[in-house]
Amino acid sequence: MTQATTPPQREPNPEQLLSILVRDEPRVLTRITALFGRRGYNIKSLSVGSTEHPGVSRMTIVVSGDRGVVEQAIRQLEKLHDVVRIIDHSLEKYVDRELVLVKVAITPENRVEVRQIAEDFRSRIVDVGRHALTFEVTGDEGKLTAFIEQMRPFGILETMRTGRIALTRGSNADIPGHVYHGETQALKPAVQIEQPREERAREVPNLF
Amino acid sequence: MNGAKALWATLASHGISTVFGYPGGAIMPVYDALTYYPEVRHVLARHEQGAAHAAEGWAKATGEIGVCMATSGPGATNLVTGLADAMLDSVPLLAITGNVASHLMGTDAFQEADITGITLPITKHNYVVRDVQDLPRIVAEAIRIARSGRPGPVLVDIPKDIQLAPYHGEIPAPHARPEIPAPSQDAVDRALELIRAAQRPVIMVGGGSLDAAAEVTALARAWDIPVITTLMGLGAFPSSDPLWLGMPGMHGSVAANRAISEADVLIGIGLRFDDRVTGRVNGFAPKASIIHVELDAAEIGKIIRTHVPVRGDAKVAAQMLMQGAQPLDRPEWKAQLEEWKSRTQMPEHWGAGYAVKAVVDRLGPDDILSSDVGQHQMLAAQLARFEKPRRWINSGGLGTMGFGFPAAIGAGMAEPGVRSVVIAGDGGFQMTAQELATLKMYDVRNVKICIINNSFLGMVRQWQEMFHGKRYSEVWLGDSNPDFIKLADAYGVPGYRASSAEELPAAIDAWLADPNSALLEVVVPHEHAVFPMVPAGAALYEMLETEPARTPGPDMAEVAEEARNA
Repeated sequence: MTQATTPPQREPNPEQLLSILVRDEPRVLTRITALFGRRGYNIKSLSVGSTEHPGVSRMTIVVSGDRGVVEQAIRQLEKLHDVVRIIDHSLEKYVDRELVLVKVAITPENRVEVRQIAEDFRSRIVDVGRHALTFEVTGDEGKLTAFIEQMRPFGILETMRTGRIALTRGSNADIPGHVYHGETQALKPAVQIEQPREERAREVPNLF
Repeated sequence: MNGAKALWATLASHGISTVFGYPGGAIMPVYDALTYYPEVRHVLARHEQGAAHAAEGWAKATGEIGVCMATSGPGATNLVTGLADAMLDSVPLLAITGNVASHLMGTDAFQEADITGITLPITKHNYVVRDVQDLPRIVAEAIRIARSGRPGPVLVDIPKDIQLAPYHGEIPAPHARPEIPAPSQDAVDRALELIRAAQRPVIMVGGGSLDAAAEVTALARAWDIPVITTLMGLGAFPSSDPLWLGMPGMHGSVAANRAISEADVLIGIGLRFDDRVTGRVNGFAPKASIIHVELDAAEIGKIIRTHVPVRGDAKVAAQMLMQGAQPLDRPEWKAQLEEWKSRTQMPEHWGAGYAVKAVVDRLGPDDILSSDVGQHQMLAAQLARFEKPRRWINSGGLGTMGFGFPAAIGAGMAEPGVRSVVIAGDGGFQMTAQELATLKMYDVRNVKICIINNSFLGMVRQWQEMFHGKRYSEVWLGDSNPDFIKLADAYGVPGYRASSAEELPAAIDAWLADPNSALLEVVVPHEHAVFPMVPAGAALYEMLETEPARTPGPDMAEVAEEARNA
C-alpha cells in the first residue's frame, strides 16, 4: 500500500521580537539595519525611542525568519560596539503594544455606526473632519488588525502604525540572566560603559 | 598641543612605531605634527591601498596592530580594499583618515567622502571625532577594539578643524588587553566524550589558532590526532610533523579533503568554515560530529551544524582538551591516512608549480612567505612547508590581487632581520607594482619578489578552461606585460630572470644572494592548472585529484578573430 503524500505545508514565516539597547550615537540605526539588510533578513517593524538612561536608546525590532535567523542576528548584533544589551523576547513573557492612526471616510448615514465600533475598541477620536474621522488605537497586533478590518468597509483613507514596542513582564530583577544576551548588571549611562564586549559575552547556548 | 599632536602622542603611548600612509589636504595638520614625533616612523607608500596592505603585512607577521593613514575623499576610499581585506582575515588594523572641516562635512565639499558610511560594513567599528577632547580617548578605544576578541579593522575619521583645535587633556595609556573568556568545562567535557569515542578523528585549525600553535600542536600529539591546517592556519601546526595532512578545501590536499569526508569527529579550532574550505556545505564532513572551538559566537553554527560549541580562547581550549589525553589507538584510520598522503603529487615538470616549489624549497623556517592571489597562491599554499605560525601572509578571505607585494614590504619592515619573500603573479603584481618605490625609498633590503609569469590571469583562465568552454575572455596579458626586469631596474631594484628549469636554480641563488631587495621573474608556460581541485558547488569528496586529460585549447588568434566577427 502506498502512502498518500501530502504536499509540504508552507509555514508562514515566523516573527521574532527583539529589544536592543544601543548607545545614542550617530549612525547607530544604520549599523543595526545594515546588519539585518546585508544578510537578507527582513525587518517587519522597527521602533526607536529614548530610555530612562541618558545616552541609551531602545529599539524594538520585529524580524521575520526562523530561530536560526534570529540567533545569527543576535550574535552579529552582539559584536557591534554600540549595542549595550539585546533582549530576545521569545525567551520570556512580555507585553507589547502598537499604536495606529486610522482615518476613516464617513457619511451622515454611517457616522454613528463608525463611532460605535471605535468605542467598542476603546479607540479615541483624535481628529474630526467633515468627511473623515481619525482614530487612535493602542493594543497588540491582533486588536489593531481587527480594528482596521472593521473599518475597512467604510473606506480607510490613511493609516499609520508605529511598529511594535515591547517590555519584558515583571521587574527587571525578576528576569533570569539567560534572557539577556549581553551584560546582566544594571545599565549605566553610555559614556561610562567601558567594559570590553568580551567580558559581557556569555557561553552561547547549543543550537542543535 | 593640538589634536594632531595629541593623535601622535596617543599612538606613541600605545607603542606604535610605524605608520604607513600618504598625505593630502585634509590631513596636513597631522603630517605637520608628525615632525615633532620622531619616535614614530611614517612610511610613505605610493598608493593608499599599498599603505593599508603594508600595515596588514606588519600585523600578520607580528600579531600586533598595523596602522595606516590617508587624507579625506580619494585617499580614504583608496584604503577601502585594505579594510575589507583586514575585516575578512581578522587583522588588527587602525586606519586614520583626515576629513574636511566639521562645518563642511555633509556639504559635498572638495575631497569629501562619507568614509565612515562607506566603511560601515567592512570595519569592526568606526568613529568620526567631533570634539578634540574626545580624540585621544577614541584612538585608544579604537586600538583596543581592533586588537581585542576577534581582531579587525577600526577607522577613525578626524575633521581638519579637530586636528588643529587645542587639546587640554591627558594622553591615555593603553587599555589592558581584555581577558579572553575560557570555554566552559561543561562544553569541554562534552567534547572530550566525543574525542575519546572517536574512531576517525581529525583536527582542523584556522587563522584563529595561530597564536595557540604550541597548544594545538601539543593537543594533537597528546591524542595522536591528525591535523589539517586551513589556508589561514598554515603554520599553526608544523608541516614536518607526520600528523600533518595539509590544507583542506578547493585546492586542498587529497589527504585533508578525504579525511574530512570520512572523519567521525572533526575538531575545528579558530576557523569559520569559509565556503572555499567546505565545498558544498551539506557534503562537508557528512559523517562527523563537529566540535567547534571559536571565540566569535556568531561563527558557531553559522555555516556548519555544530554538535559541541566550545566558545572561548583557542589557547585555553586546546589546553583544556588535553585533560586525560592519551594516544588514541586507531591503526586502520592511520593506515588510511597514510595511503591518502601518498597520493600527494609533487610537480615534476617545468611549469608554475615546479617554479613555486623550487622557490619555497629554498626558504628556512624563519623566512616570511607572502603571496598575492591566484594560482601561484594556491601552489605556494600547497607546496610551502611552515614550521612556525605567522610566517605565511596572504589574502585569504577577500582574495585581494595586489595584496602580496605591499604586505611583504610591511612584514619585511616589521622584521628587518628575516627574509620577506613574496610570490606574485604577473597580473596581481601590476596592481601595486608602484610600491617598488617604497622599497627603494626606505632602503628595505630583505624583501624578495618572485613573479611567476605565465602571461595570463591564471586562475581565471583555469576556470574558463574548465567551466566556460575554454573561451579565454580578457585573461591574456602576454602582449602587454612590461619587461619586469626593466621595470624593477627603473626603480633601482635589481632583477633576475629564469625561463627554464635549467636556468632556475642559478637565478634563485643570485636573487637570494643579492644584498638588496630584488626581483626574480620566472617565465613559465602559459597553461598550467592547479590540482587537486574541488569544483565550485561540489563536495570535498568529489574532488578532482589530478588534472583531467587536456584537450588542445583554441588558438588565441582564432579566439580573438571570432570575437571580432561576432
